[in-house]
Amino acid sequence: MDDQALSGGFADTPREAALAFRAALTAMARPGRIEAVAGARPPAPLSVAAGTLLLVLADPTTPVHLAGALDRPGLRDWLRFHTGAPLSDRAGAVFAVGRWADLLPLDAYSLGTPDYPDRSATLIVEMDALDATGARLTGPGIETSHGLSLPEIAAFRANRARFPLGLDFFLTAGERLAALPRSTHVEAV
Amino acid sequence: MTEAESRVEAPGADYNFAYLDEQTKRMIRRALLKALAVPGYQVPFASREMPMPYGWGTGGVQVSAAVLVPGDRLKVIDQGADDTTNAVSIRKFFQKTAGIAVTGHTGEATVIQTRHRIPEAPLTEGQILVYQVPIPEPLRFLEPRETETRRMHALEEYGLMHVKLYEDIARHGEIATAYAYPVQIEGRYVMDPSPIPKFDNPKLRMAAIQLFGAGREQRIYALPPYTEVVSLDFEDHPFVPGKAEGACALCGSETSYLDEVIVDDRGGRMFVCSDTDYCAGRRAAGHVGAEGAAAGEGRA
Repeated sequence: MDDQALSGGFADTPREAALAFRAALTAMARPGRIEAVAGARPPAPLSVAAGTLLLVLADPTTPVHLAGALDRPGLRDWLRFHTGAPLSDRAGAVFAVGRWADLLPLDAYSLGTPDYPDRSATLIVEMDALDATGARLTGPGIETSHGLSLPEIAAFRANRARFPLGLDFFLTAGERLAALPRSTHVEAV
Repeated sequence: MTEAESRVEAPGADYNFAYLDEQTKRMIRRALLKALAVPGYQVPFASREMPMPYGWGTGGVQVSAAVLVPGDRLKVIDQGADDTTNAVSIRKFFQKTAGIAVTGHTGEATVIQTRHRIPEAPLTEGQILVYQVPIPEPLRFLEPRETETRRMHALEEYGLMHVKLYEDIARHGEIATAYAYPVQIEGRYVMDPSPIPKFDNPKLRMAAIQLFGAGREQRIYALPPYTEVVSLDFEDHPFVPGKAEGACALCGSETSYLDEVIVDDRGGRMFVCSDTDYCAGRRAAGHVGAEGAAAGEGRA
């Protein structure tokens, strides 16, 4: 384990985690709204936003799947040191993080059960950029409609069709994040 | 609120921010995110013992502790009032453990913890409303087994609830449920809005984020802003948000929810706004009710 794995955590965990969680909560409550977070300085190529989300939400009870290029020693060490989260395959993951192409196929993740739809995975999708344009989002948390740049449309529509089962998504780019819960209707514009 | 209480105490150096440890907050925060993703569904969470008894808002306090940030301005109401024991204690608790500011004014608050009321003033986008919930399961008094009610929610089997409302009509001529009136969320989950008066049900579709915490029952649920909330009813017996007839004796409001106050032992009574901040605001603006000479006294 090198020095990089030991640094890049929160300096003042209770307050920084509270502020970052408020941003994540607001994003999940208002799908498509882009929020800024800060605090984590994870090793490349993980974004600040994705790293901060993992510091806020992951712990020894939540297996994390590092997808594709993120599954590298430096990041594995950083995640384990700062959160204690066990690494996992797709099926066992509570959180999965990676680029869209690396996260696929989505049906490998836990969707929850009819009795416990909350026992589904949350995917953190690393993006090059986030814009309030692209797909048209409607549903709970949205007064009329929001725009959001999504990696694709069909997968999110299929996810919505399974409601109340389904995956929930955070989309991250740099220090910015947005959320797309399973309750959101997605349409191409 | 007294001057001593409104003074912000130094953050309690002996406590973690907002009392709970970080591991507990992470667990509650994960539950909150799933609750927002499935509006109206009750997410189980590992409720902790809090330094207050069950029934005094331990669920709401844990949710508040998980969402509070430095710089928040907290308002706590109990049946609409800012100055009851429960509300005062919870405000003091977070002043001491989180070092945050508190307020009695609805418009100034960023987080509002409530027991059994929604404030009269419309809430805005920047606000979070946290409910204290005693029994989160709307079907519990119809079916005592958790395994059964959970399966009923999974199968969207809500016929029993309609039978209950129908029996109300058969027996009383109208739906007699006056508080904790069941609602259906986005056409899917039937949810207990906590024991708010049914007068407040139309306000459940709002701009603020609504979070519900049941400490003893270990459940968290949520409504994102602008979520569709329908109070269950029948075509020939539509939902009616009722309230006491009359106007507030202090501020004259005819549109706010009223509490009945017995004033003597000969049956004398008066009606006053349940929302003390709303009433005080109206009186400060010059509105006077039938017995409103008291303007300027009390809380203000």
